[in-house]
Amino acid sequence: MHQVNLDLSLQEISKIEGGAGLDLSISNNVVTKCEFKITEYKRFYTQAIKGKTALAAPTLLARICGTCSNAHILAACKAVESALKITPSRQTQILRRLVMNGLYIRDHALHLYLFVLPDLFNKNSLLDFDEKIPEEHQWLDDAFSVKDAGNQLSILVGGRSVHAPYPQVGGFNHFPDSTQIPIVITKLQSVRPAVIRLIQIFTDCPWSQNQDVPYLALKNGQVCNSDNVCIRQTDYRQHLTHRILTYSQASAYVYQNRPYLTGALARLNLAKNPPPPFPSHNLYHNNLAQAVEILNAIDDSVAVLQSAEFTPESPIKSTLSSGEGSGLIEAPRGILYHRLTIKDMMVTDAEILVPTGQNQLCIENDIKNLVNNHLHGVLNKNTLRHEIEVLIRAYDPCMSCASHFLKIKWA
Amino acid sequence: MLMIEALNAHWQDWTKKIDFKYANVFRNSPPLGPMDVAFVEGAISSIKQAEKLKQIRSLAKTLVAIGACAVTGHPSAQRNLFNPDQQAAIKPILEKFSYNDKVQKLSDLVTVDHQIPGCPMDESRFVELINKFVDEFKLKMQNEKLKTTT
Repeated sequence: MHQVNLDLSLQEISKIEGGAGLDLSISNNVVTKCEFKITEYKRFYTQAIKGKTALAAPTLLARICGTCSNAHILAACKAVESALKITPSRQTQILRRLVMNGLYIRDHALHLYLFVLPDLFNKNSLLDFDEKIPEEHQWLDDAFSVKDAGNQLSILVGGRSVHAPYPQVGGFNHFPDSTQIPIVITKLQSVRPAVIRLIQIFTDCPWSQNQDVPYLALKNGQVCNSDNVCIRQTDYRQHLTHRILTYSQASAYVYQNRPYLTGALARLNLAKNPPPPFPSHNLYHNNLAQAVEILNAIDDSVAVLQSAEFTPESPIKSTLSSGEGSGLIEAPRGILYHRLTIKDMMVTDAEILVPTGQNQLCIENDIKNLVNNHLHGVLNKNTLRHEIEVLIRAYDPCMSCASHFLKIKWA
Repeated sequence: MLMIEALNAHWQDWTKKIDFKYANVFRNSPPLGPMDVAFVEGAISSIKQAEKLKQIRSLAKTLVAIGACAVTGHPSAQRNLFNPDQQAAIKPILEKFSYNDKVQKLSDLVTVDHQIPGCPMDESRFVELINKFVDEFKLKMQNEKLKTTT
């Protein structure tokens, strides 16, 4: 067998959220270096939040990332409420579910249409699709219509699709305009056929690479793994071990000493009666899982909006002013965990775990496996580069989130 | 982020008139070259970023700072105001990844022609500015055409 020696450096990987790169070395048919580097500069939010008022924490921490801002708002609200022993009303929980649905629709659609779809059509960009070709025009129209439907839902319930102003600690400060509800329902229903097309194209997608990792997802209020062993949300952090990657601006984690996966694929794999082909170990099925989740978010939102009546209510206040609490939610990209310590209504300490940081080691392992699979054939550097990018995109990493701050002691 | 979302309502018009040339979020982009308008978001945290900003400035006829970080530096520049304990906590990271001592807004380093503040930026002002550019280029092209035919 011929000997493969290669150095590959990917800078500024395209069609992902934020900056990331990869350094890969192969020496005598062995991958000697595979470093997935998150290159976004940190903005040190978990330091900056210290000394700030707890009620403002959701708004401030949401600035970690524009794309995922509404997820950060809800995780931080939950952390403050947990610390101050606030139990949000049923209506608040429903409204928050709708905010998350809006985010799932927009965020997954952004990833699938703008980042992944061009690869399926061997194009560099969705903007290169030809409007004069009916099929390509349809995909362009689908992309922007589905994203817009998610945004309209977020605007109705959250006040804005990015950095929503309505959700706050203890409840909401504004409630859906009843005259707008039928308009948003119609909009959501109108994009359903587009989402069915999206599910079909990812069902037919031939990309395949199996992974052997535990999947973690929130299920019935607990974090569960692939063996259906479940832990309380408040215990989540102590089941993870922080791993320092000296070449990356982000923090990585292992679960039971192994890389693990969180996100749409994990959620579908752990769901009760998931649709086929789930449960699946094919990492590229994360794309299909996201498409399925868009449909679920649309159907759930339409059902809720058709039946619910929203009544103005004041946010619930606490008699406590100090405490420690955590907020764990399923953000579009996976488990998002905020822990806050509050003293006299001021934040004194914070820790945040984001999905991309948690998936980072898994991404590296899968890149290694992809490269190893190539070592037996003719190795074309450009093909390998492209396939690595396609794999990274399947994870839908978000670098802005991943490069918030965590205290690290360098060896 | 909002730049991509603005396309939801304007893609049919803008994709015919605008060549989104170096947007890494849309495509695997070629090395930077001359451009009519550069939209830059984010604050400057390192020498590498500062050099890239200066390169963009030298290649772009017009440079627009979009979003609060680009326009004011904040909230990215919040570490400029950290107390000694906070500074000590982040120091290893700053050294390890060659951060600048202070985060800077774009206008600290280059001439900024237009700015759209806000976190998120004001989408209507962004749309207004894009349409203004499109109209200006249209007029310029018409004038050039007129010159060549007379």
